[in-house]
Amino acid sequence: MAAKPQAQGARVEDMGREFLVFTLGEEEYGIDILKVQEIRGYDAATVTRIANVPPFIKGVTNLRGIIVPIVDLRIKFNLGKVEYNEQTVVIILNLDRRVVGIVVDGVSDVLMLGASQVRPAPEFGATLSTEYLTGLGTVDERMLILVDIEKLMTSDEMALMEKAAV
Amino acid sequence: MTATILVADDSATMRMIVQATLTGAGWKVLAAGNGKDALTLAMEQAEPVDLVVSDWNMPVMGGLDLIRGLRQVERYEEVPVLVLTTEDDVESKTAARDLGVCGWLQKPVDPDLLIEMASELVGQPGEPSH
Amino acid sequence: MSGLDLSQFYETFFDEADELLAQMEQLLLELDAGQPDIEQLNAIFRAAHSIKGGAATFGCFTLLAETTHLLENLLDAIRRGEMALRTDMIDIFLETKDVLKSQLDAYRASEEPDAAAYERICEVLRQLALEQNGGQAAVAAAAPVAPSPAPVQAPAATAPAPAAAAAPMDANLPLRVRISRVSAKDAQSLLEEMGNLGQVLASDQLGGGLTVWLESTCSADDIEAVCCFIVDSDQISIGREAVPGEAHAVDDFAQAAAEFVAQAQAAPMSAPVAEAPVAAAAPAHEPAALAAAQSATTAEGGAPRAQRAAGGAPAADKESTSIRVGVEKVDQIINLVGELVITQAMLAQTASTLDPVLHDRLLNGMEQLERNARDLQEAVMSVRMMPMDYVFSRFPRLVRDLAGKMGKQIELQTYGRATELDKSLIERIIDPLTHLVRNSLDHGIETPEKRVAAGKDPVGQLVLSAQHSGGNIVIEVSDDGGGLNRERILKKAMQQGIAVSENSSDDEVWQLIFAPGFSTAEQITDISGRGVGMDVVRRNIQNMGGHVQLSSVPGNGTTTRIVLPLTLAILDGMSVRVGAETFILPLNHVTESLQPTNDQIYSVAGNERVMHVRGEYLPLVEMHRVFSVSGAQDDPTQAIAVIMQAEDKRFALLVDHLVGQHQVVVKNLESNYRKVPGVSAATILGDGSVALIIDVFAMARANREKWTPAEAVLN
Repeated sequence: MAAKPQAQGARVEDMGREFLVFTLGEEEYGIDILKVQEIRGYDAATVTRIANVPPFIKGVTNLRGIIVPIVDLRIKFNLGKVEYNEQTVVIILNLDRRVVGIVVDGVSDVLMLGASQVRPAPEFGATLSTEYLTGLGTVDERMLILVDIEKLMTSDEMALMEKAAV
Repeated sequence: MTATILVADDSATMRMIVQATLTGAGWKVLAAGNGKDALTLAMEQAEPVDLVVSDWNMPVMGGLDLIRGLRQVERYEEVPVLVLTTEDDVESKTAARDLGVCGWLQKPVDPDLLIEMASELVGQPGEPSH
Repeated sequence: MSGLDLSQFYETFFDEADELLAQMEQLLLELDAGQPDIEQLNAIFRAAHSIKGGAATFGCFTLLAETTHLLENLLDAIRRGEMALRTDMIDIFLETKDVLKSQLDAYRASEEPDAAAYERICEVLRQLALEQNGGQAAVAAAAPVAPSPAPVQAPAATAPAPAAAAAPMDANLPLRVRISRVSAKDAQSLLEEMGNLGQVLASDQLGGGLTVWLESTCSADDIEAVCCFIVDSDQISIGREAVPGEAHAVDDFAQAAAEFVAQAQAAPMSAPVAEAPVAAAAPAHEPAALAAAQSATTAEGGAPRAQRAAGGAPAADKESTSIRVGVEKVDQIINLVGELVITQAMLAQTASTLDPVLHDRLLNGMEQLERNARDLQEAVMSVRMMPMDYVFSRFPRLVRDLAGKMGKQIELQTYGRATELDKSLIERIIDPLTHLVRNSLDHGIETPEKRVAAGKDPVGQLVLSAQHSGGNIVIEVSDDGGGLNRERILKKAMQQGIAVSENSSDDEVWQLIFAPGFSTAEQITDISGRGVGMDVVRRNIQNMGGHVQLSSVPGNGTTTRIVLPLTLAILDGMSVRVGAETFILPLNHVTESLQPTNDQIYSVAGNERVMHVRGEYLPLVEMHRVFSVSGAQDDPTQAIAVIMQAEDKRFALLVDHLVGQHQVVVKNLESNYRKVPGVSAATILGDGSVALIIDVFAMARANREKWTPAEAVLN
């Protein structure tokens, strides 16, 4: 896990949570650090394409013997230019033992946010449907969109899981 | 030298109980699950076993045939045999007596009685066998 | 006293008695009442004898000892020829075995067994013994021979009541299904399944359990069977109950219970003796009445439960030399061997680039290594293999009981009991197979009258078989019943809004039965089709990496065929290139490969093409189309056709070129992703990249419709 950054307005007694912050397009998102297994660079050559799936599912890759699907969130949420370069990063998530990788524009830091720094998420707008948002975090001048990444990745729209029985 | 007792019973539970009883009293015990295995064990021993404690009803080879088989082997012609069984019929008992069976114990077996009868036949554990 | 603590032997005794009871059941089922085999009789006698001996020795398993004593005496008389064996006696013995098992389970749990059941079965056994003595079938409180415990004035019914004799519960009440200890996710699945079976009137999730009130024409057994895919039968209790709030449920209940009690006292001969405790506890104790009503309602669900519990344990090897090993240890070894195979493959790949002359010793060593790895892998896989008998042995009892219940005559035959299957699959195949067997019995095989009217033997045939075929195991459930009714199925499908056409082939029509929610509450038994839950069966089998097919001839019967991969973990594969992508074909489905010539390719209706190979016209399945691979070779004459065989279907799979043959470690896609149509699994190649393993059966089906969307094509 990344070293804790200098306290950015977080107070220990706030009982904050740690968030991994990454960028998607113009915005910064924060997800629960406990869901993050590791961070890797993106190497297209190592991703095996799967036919006839939504375009945001790039395929599957070999992660030390385990087969892991890779989802490009920038494609999924239509976030401008989708490039693959040295900055492109894949965050490997471990969601209740399901391992999944998400491609994002970059990872910045790990921040501790106390309760006082988190506001409820707005009802409208935003790229991500509000049902996946757990709030808005403010740190200095930055606004972080806090996401329930597990809920998002296991939702039907991500098409990562078998649909429930009819 | 303490005596060796051969126990034959198809019930694993009974084998364990009898074995524990006799071992607990100080004897050495060999166990088999049917007459044929018991016979094989008996023949394989360098020193003959001193006592045979056997069930009557067993698969493959029952008590009756086990004793008959033993009696055909020179060193076991006279080996004492105790039968432990729930059988109560006259026929079996007669056949057993004819083959020189020394004791017929009804199951459920009283461990003390078993030890007593075994002692009578092979001496107390630790004593040289008869 | 000798100071020997006998309680240390309890566990051994319980285990041994369990095995003996299972043996006893198996032998009883094999007994021919007309001409009983003396060896079998002896073996059954010895089993009872052993159990009695053990129980009596410990001194605290009185009920078990007593019951077994009575049984043993009867068996002894029969084997000596002093008493004739009748079929109904075998039934009684089987029932005795059930009672003994539950007594054993009670003792194991440090509880006293059910006194009522004990009294009842002893009475029955004594009756039999009296008959032998030429005595009249004396009814009622004849002085019991053995120490008589509880002063239960049994309104001594004689014949053992079939479990289904239920309380006169109001059958107009909806079914109330109560499932304990279920997670929220499972509760959701269960609710959905029950919604398919009928109309959910109400549901309740509290205390970690789920209660559903369901209006359905399905029987409680069917509902339990479907629920058993998700939970265990001992978590399920089904009865009839008005939805709370709709009526004064509790009062109804108490009233019904009171009627129950009154009936029990009024009509001793007809009422099942399970009511005896109620009669005895006459001052209609609320709890007693409730308990009686409960036991009657669970009696409905009791039959399948008993059968599940009856499951045949394979006959014990008395003096076997074997070691108990935890499954995790074996799995770990298998994983490690799998990793070894991957590493060996990587090494082989690297070594292949070396100059063979310079490095001949190394290359020889590599060959040796490959042989060693292969042998090791085979040996390890065989550790987990178990014979199908483990599964098949459950069915004689189930078939017998169900057939009796339904008034049908059915003969069960099993083939291939020694056929082996990986342990994990064996466990998972039990539920789907049970379901299929019940379907055959319920919906497939007709009543004797119907069969005779149709010119058939009144005894229906049910055949279970297992055999290895290629790299798979093929398990079939076959009956000679009425077969599937094509018209009705089509009609039902159209009603359900499923797209079908009158011209669909029979196979396609049978596949409709697997559609979720297809067999719903309106299913009536005379539809001669399959019952509920087929979608769950198929899903289970697919999740095991297999598939299931139905075939049927109207009037003649139906066969359900399940194909499962034999070894999950390691596969002989042929790697092929399509465009820039590598795919793996299961080698055991590959017949040959060739480069097509122009005159071998023919166009058929639409976009389809066939390839003429040695007199056969094989559908041409182009991989680059199925998998939308760009940059692939689309001119068949420049590509390679791999002739594949999927069961009885042959086809030509078009690829760019062959790459090689090697063993691959099969990796499951569903762990982190989902099932991909056309793909059975994935593997990691020597270079670390992921390659998809083709689902041969899906490819075989692929050629009938348009290519996109692939899901429609490949499912």
